[in-house]
Amino acid sequence: MSMLSFEKRYRVRGGTLIGGDLFDFWVGPFYVGFFGVLTAFFALLGTLLIVWGAAMGPTWNIWQISINPPDLSYGLGFAPLTEGGLWQMITICALGAFVSWALRQAEIARKLGMGLHIPIAFSVAVFAYFTLVVIRPVLLGAWGHGFPYGIMSHLDWVSNTGYQFLHFHYNPAHMLAIAFFFTTALALSLHGGLILSATNPKKGEPVKTPEYEDTFFRDVVGYSIGALGIHRLGLFLALSAAFWSAVCIVISGPFWTQSWPEWWNWWLDLPIWA
Amino acid sequence: MKTMTRKTTTVAALAGAALLMTGCELPIGIETEQTGYRGLGMEQVTKRHLEAMKRSGMEIPEPERPAAAAGPRAGDIYENVKVLGDLNISEFNRLMNAITAWVAPEEGCNYCHTPGNFADENVYTKIVSRRMLEMTYTINQEWTAHVGETGVTCYTCHMGNPVPENIWYEDPGFKQAGGFAASRMGQNLAGTNVASASLPNDVFTPFLQGDEPKNIRVTPRTSLPMGDNPYNLVDAEWVHGLMIHFSVALGANCTTCHNTNNFPEWQTSPPQRVTAWHGIEMVRALNNQYLNPLQPEYPDYRLGPTGDAPKTNCATCHNGLQLPLDRAQMLKDYPELNRVNHRGAQPAATTSAAAETAGDADAEAVEG
Repeated sequence: MSMLSFEKRYRVRGGTLIGGDLFDFWVGPFYVGFFGVLTAFFALLGTLLIVWGAAMGPTWNIWQISINPPDLSYGLGFAPLTEGGLWQMITICALGAFVSWALRQAEIARKLGMGLHIPIAFSVAVFAYFTLVVIRPVLLGAWGHGFPYGIMSHLDWVSNTGYQFLHFHYNPAHMLAIAFFFTTALALSLHGGLILSATNPKKGEPVKTPEYEDTFFRDVVGYSIGALGIHRLGLFLALSAAFWSAVCIVISGPFWTQSWPEWWNWWLDLPIWA
Repeated sequence: MKTMTRKTTTVAALAGAALLMTGCELPIGIETEQTGYRGLGMEQVTKRHLEAMKRSGMEIPEPERPAAAAGPRAGDIYENVKVLGDLNISEFNRLMNAITAWVAPEEGCNYCHTPGNFADENVYTKIVSRRMLEMTYTINQEWTAHVGETGVTCYTCHMGNPVPENIWYEDPGFKQAGGFAASRMGQNLAGTNVASASLPNDVFTPFLQGDEPKNIRVTPRTSLPMGDNPYNLVDAEWVHGLMIHFSVALGANCTTCHNTNNFPEWQTSPPQRVTAWHGIEMVRALNNQYLNPLQPEYPDYRLGPTGDAPKTNCATCHNGLQLPLDRAQMLKDYPELNRVNHRGAQPAATTSAAAETAGDADAEAVEG
């Protein structure tokens, strides 16, 4: 993994949040830093705990391996390792790894004198996970409300948790999250298509400038958000998707215990027509 | 300009968030119950204050003083005592008092009787309540798979109301165009029977009555509606509607009876599903044998928009609780209810259906 010719110029000292110069070095192409070490530690430990859990479980079938949270009866206390304690430790490892990763991104951004957009954006995804396995379980009073770590089993959890509210598609935040996920895909495909079309002109013709890109969309829909604007929009759409996902699950239970279709009764009961 | 935009955005975001929150419950007084293996998400989340609110009108009446053990039979003393004739007059009057308190506490005896002539048979409520006594007896004798040892009394459904709060009629819905437009199936309508969802609304008519009710188990075994799988999404929507009624009627949710990993699979379903299955059969039998045949007895104002008799569904007894009246043991205080005589004039077809599902319980058991 040789270094690219220009890369050395950017390998500057400083920008670290913790550890000073101690971990301020690269391994191959990777910047390490204190949080790189922490990420590696948590990721390795968490993965090994999952493998250990799988070894104690009934199957090595990759689809069926599942590390389940404790019974609700354990509340917010610690559970024995084989009865959900493993899930608790893996959750700590996962959060440790995710947060360290975000902070490592922040260190790299500082090192390069860039904005913190990437670590902030990544934090929104971590926040969604944190909501699922910490905020909502704490609000409901038991770690057992978290979802199990397994490819199929987490889908069972999603299905059952949705059906606790009879028809989850009526969850207003779920609606928003889905709308943002779809819109993110739409925006990304339009943007990707536009950039590729501008950079792949007919043979012999020069690559097209952003003015061409803007003109294309003005011709199509009468407006172009612009070369910078599309990235602001893209980030907004993507973060909104993750944010409303977190909202849609945290309100299910702590803030609403009935069926989601019934939530909309406020609309039916508006004094305009009720 | 830029600060203006920022301010406006902030205000709009805060107002939007506040608006969203007003539609929500407070995250306090939370009770949770786990109904499946840990981590499966089979749970019931409830709020203490909402549960208390649900029970605000619910009072369990004090039992009447026990009747004297001996005495002349009511059938020998009073005229027109057709199903309670075996009771002695002390037991008979005790039960009459209880029924008055359970069903017509404000209207009193005259709700079912002509003043001065209690033997008069011209009051429709008397005819109906006699049949209801037989129905209660049948439920407690033949449907223990659903009602267990707790059983039911008049109060289970009536709760002090002459007409139980949760009954249903066939609902023809709005007048529709014909052809393809005729099968709107509740689309874009907030159905009151299905928790305001946009699902087929009149889920009771096809599923809970008739000789050949619509099939509830419609899970396909093939990917396309072909061969031995004539069902499609439309059938699933009907069933989803009915199941939403089950859930709301019991204050429960889908995972009370199902692991939604595989709805039709019995092995992974909680045992409550078996009780519910018997409940479906029971409701169908009660509507067919007892409630629909009473149609000619009712005055017009007690009939539905299509002229049908009032009928029962899960909510009639459950009233939003998984165990009606929180399992108050009222029946054991009223042994009289277990000594109702059948008139013997059962419609033949429906009796056999009940006997079939109730196993070997003797459908025609007559005491004393």
